[in-house]
This record gives sequence, C-alpha cells and structure tokens, in this order.
Amino acid sequence: MSVTPDLVDDPKRAVRAARWAEFKVFTRRFMRNPLGVLGLVIVVLLLLCAAFAPLLATHDPYLPSLADRLAPPSATYWLGADELGRDIYSRIVYGSQLTLLIVALVIVTSAPIGLIIGAVSGTVGGWVDVIFMRITDVFLAIPKLLLALAFVAALGPGITNAALAITLTAWPPYARLARAEALVVRNSDYVNAVRLAGASEFRIIVFHVIPMCLSSVIVRMTFDMAGIILTAAGLGFIGLGAQPPLPEWGAMISTGRKFIFDQWWVATVPGIAIFTVSLGFNLLGDAMRDLLDPHLRQRK
Amino acid sequence: MNRPLRLFIDIGSWLITVAITLIGLAALTFFIGRVLPIDPVLSIVGEKATPEVYQKVYLELGLDKPLWAQFWDYLNKLLRGDFGTSFSTSRPVLTDLLNFFPATLELSTIGLIIGVVLGVPMGVASAYWHEKWPDHLLRVIGLVGYSVPVFWLGLVGLFVFYYLLGWVSGPGQLDVFFVGVVDRVTGSILIDSALAGEWEIFGNAISHMILPAMLLGYYSLAYISRMTRSVMLDQLSREYVLTARLKGASEFRAVAGHALRNAAIPLVTVIALSYGGLLEGSVLIETIFSWPGIGNYIYSSLFAADMNAVLGGTLLVGVVFILLNMLSDVLYRALDPRSREFAK
Repeated sequence: MSVTPDLVDDPKRAVRAARWAEFKVFTRRFMRNPLGVLGLVIVVLLLLCAAFAPLLATHDPYLPSLADRLAPPSATYWLGADELGRDIYSRIVYGSQLTLLIVALVIVTSAPIGLIIGAVSGTVGGWVDVIFMRITDVFLAIPKLLLALAFVAALGPGITNAALAITLTAWPPYARLARAEALVVRNSDYVNAVRLAGASEFRIIVFHVIPMCLSSVIVRMTFDMAGIILTAAGLGFIGLGAQPPLPEWGAMISTGRKFIFDQWWVATVPGIAIFTVSLGFNLLGDAMRDLLDPHLRQRK
Repeated sequence: MNRPLRLFIDIGSWLITVAITLIGLAALTFFIGRVLPIDPVLSIVGEKATPEVYQKVYLELGLDKPLWAQFWDYLNKLLRGDFGTSFSTSRPVLTDLLNFFPATLELSTIGLIIGVVLGVPMGVASAYWHEKWPDHLLRVIGLVGYSVPVFWLGLVGLFVFYYLLGWVSGPGQLDVFFVGVVDRVTGSILIDSALAGEWEIFGNAISHMILPAMLLGYYSLAYISRMTRSVMLDQLSREYVLTARLKGASEFRAVAGHALRNAAIPLVTVIALSYGGLLEGSVLIETIFSWPGIGNYIYSSLFAADMNAVLGGTLLVGVVFILLNMLSDVLYRALDPRSREFAK
C-alpha cells in the first residue's frame, strides 16, 4: 500500500501509467517479429509517399510528352515512360494517394456498418438477429469481385463508385465478428450490472459491446486492406475504377498491357507497387493478429 | 426423435437455406439491374427516343407495377431460364452462358487440382516443421500468393514464359488453325479432343492451358496450404498422434495416416470454398489470356454496356458459388460422424 500511494490518489495517472506499460510490452513484442516490422515499414513508406508526393515526384504525372513515348527506364525517367510519355515513377508516387483514398473510403464505411449490424444483432437477439444474419449470409455467399463489378457497371465507373461497391462486399465479415463478440459480452456480469443499473440497450451496445469488438475488428481491418487494394486494382484494371488520366495502379497495368512484350516496364512496374503495398498490409496484419487476437494471446 | 424424421428435417432446413440465399442473390442482381440505373428505360431506348417508344418500353419492362411485383416477375423469368437477351450477341443470355461456362469450369478445375496437389502437402510440411525453415519458406510463398494481383501475374507470366522463353503457347484456348476442328461435345477442349482422337490438338490445348491453370492453382494454393497448416497444427498436437507414435507407428504413418486423415474433413470445406474462389479469380485471368469463358464474356459485355449479360454471368457464377458453399456444408456433415451425433 505504501509503495504506490500516489497511484491510488491519482487514478488517472495510474491508468495512463498502465497504458504506457502495456504499450511498451506491445512494442517490444512487435519488434520481435521481423516480418511484421517489414510490413509496418512498407505501410509507413506508403503513407509518406502519399503525403509528400509533390516533393518525391520528378515529373508532372499528368503532363504528356509525346517525344518520350514508351521511353525505357533512364536517368530522366527512372522507371520509364508510358504510352503518352508520362513519367511512370511520378505516376506511381501520385497513385499511392489514390490507393490510400480507396482503402480509407472502404474501411471507414464498411467497418462501422458491419460493427453496428453485428453488435445490434448479437446484443438484441431474436428476430432482429435472424434477419440481419440472413442478409449477412447472402452477401457472404456471393462472389465479391463479381458483385462489385456488376455494381460499378450499373452505377458507372469512378473511384467513389468503386469504393462503394467494395464496401458493399466488405462489411459482412465485420458483422460476423462483432456478432460473435457481442454474444459473449451480452451475458457477462458487467453488462448485466449496467443493465440492472438502468442502461438502455443503445447505451449497452455503444459503450459496452462495441469497444469489446474493436480489437478483433482492427486485426481484420489490417488484413482486409490488402484485399481491398487488390480488388480496387482489379476494378481499375477492368476499367471500372479510377478513370484516365488518374494514375491508379490497376488502370496503369491495363494501359501497359498492350505493350507487355516490347515495353514491359509500363505494365510490370505498377504491379510491383500493388504487390509491395498489399504484401506490407498482409505482413502487418499477420503480426497484429499474433499480438491482438485474445485467443492466440492466451496460447503463448 | 427417430433418424429418418431428423434427416428429413435437416434436409428440409438445408433446402430452405439454399432457397433463401438464392433469392437473396436474385434480389441483389434485380436491385443492381433495375433499381440502380437512374432510368432503365433510357438505357435501352437511348436519349433520342420519342415519348411513344419510351412509354412502350416503360410498360414492357413492367415499371408501372410496384417493386415487389416487378421482383416477382423477375424471379419467375429466372426460374424459366429467361435471363433476357444479350444486346451484343443478340442471343439469349442463358445460351451464351452455357456456351462459355465449360471453358471456365475446365480451367478452374485444373487450377484446383494443381492447388490441392501442391497446397495440401505444403501445408502438412509447414505444420510438421512448425517454426522451422520449411514453415517460413512456405509461409512466404503463401503470403506472396495472397498479395500479388492475379491479373498482373498473368501478364508477367505471358511475358516471361511465352515471349521470352517460349515454353508455353500464348493467349486463347487453341492455336488459330486448330479452332473449330474438333466437334463440340462436352465443351471441354481437353475431353473433346481426346474423344475425337486428335492428340495434336490435345497437346496444343494443354500448352495453352498450362500457364493460366498454374496461376489459378497458385492462387488457390496460398489459401489451401494456409488452412491445411492450421488444421494440421491442431491435429498434430492431439494425444492420439502421440499414442500412435508411442505404439511404434512410423512418422509418415502418424502424420499421413492418422493426423491428415482427421484433418481431411475440414479440408474438404476449404477445398470447396477455394473452388468457388477460383471461379471468381478466373474472371481476371480469362481477360488476360483471352480464354473463351464466362469471365471474358462478362468483361466484353461490360464494354458493350450489356447489363443483361453481365448480370446473367454474375447470377450463374453466384449460383455455382452458393451451391459449392452449401455442398461443402453437407459434405462436412456427411464425413464427420461427430457433427451427426451431436446435431440438435
């Protein structure tokens, strides 16, 4: 008692100290996973690349220069030039902004939708649960890319519509996750205590169920980002994502496709960018799961 | 409850689940095809149509009816096999789909075989040498498979193995001068050419197919090996494996004969699911390799703004996907005696 009197006197500081200690343990365990660190480095590089695109780019990504059409990689054009003579390196640097934009749009819409549907479904139960989970199952049972494709085909191509279409296919796993957590939390003692104290179902869902779902949802989100990037690139490749002249990586592969045999760099370089970024998110997701997943944490 | 009755109820509830999911799929395509476009009539008659024509099409589409009645009509049409007419080929969409489906099925089946034959042993090895170098190596191979855009891998594959090395044939299902030589019986080019005894064509078909099939195989291998690994890790730590070893079973027998046999049941589900994933993955692969399958059909219909064809293709792949999912569910129950015993 005498050792930690200040902590008891100052509960806020105690909480902060505990959080800081937890964070330090978390970081140390994360640093022990080299692949996870590599993933984090890739993701941070992507963020920096998007933030400082105007500084990093050597050319205007939109300015055509027909004299340098399909120029091979050189000192001026580090990664070559595309079919309009635009610098591929600069376009990739600017393309990182589009990739992040799509990922962010999809994540900020699909995760909350899934989280709310799942938490409500699991907490309230009964008919609401049956209906919500049926709808979720239907969405889960339909091939994702095709659904997104048909959806964008109807709405018309573009970044926002592509993101909307991916959201439509991305929310069900979150709903499943959140429901599973909610089913456990719903009957726990502290929730019953809050309920006895007169809290409404709304309050229970928002302040007590949803926070408990967050850790598994965050793990899932990191994994999903790789999938979202690939789907967005696929839509871009088909011609339904970002429209020209936007430097979206998938669309860049699609234009480079015509020159794959003679000017291979036009199509291969954006693909390497997609691969690297999606690998980064996958590695990070793997590491996050090992650290945050409560089921795995207990085993070790 | 006696057994036949319970079986009857099980099958009944399974059929209801399948039916609800299929209706849900139809509702989605209905929603995408009829509700989302700002004006479905304009997309058919065009901007310059006279009001009379507009009105006629409006009534023909049944747009004056309430939404649920329209959906009911739509369902009835689907059940009769009426997917509408494709604007680009001006044939019924169903005829087109049945025409193109065998090629997709053939490609993804061979892809699946490659994925299973390589993926399962890889997963087992990964679990057996857990946290040793084979595990790390195979994990990286799997992660790359998860992260690489499949259409890009197809392009690079064409560039390297067709253009630079010349090991395989290029895009398409056959060389141009072989197209149409063999009579179409099953729609699968390998079976058809073998039936006709045209072994030269058979060989040519294989050299066209090998690259896209390998790519699809790699794509499913990533998933299959990862799942095999986690199932096998679980099984290998069980006591019955220890018992088998204590009784003097060889390592091979303990792993392949005991652990893998028990792991096989969940793996059936995994394989069925990845088959569905392959059908979807083939959409992108087919556009790269000009493969005359559903994926390519959907892709070319997209550019002709041919929504009937796009939605028809989506429906067909969706139905196959759903049936595979449900089938894996049934297989799981049929194979695992425990899920039968303790079923409610």
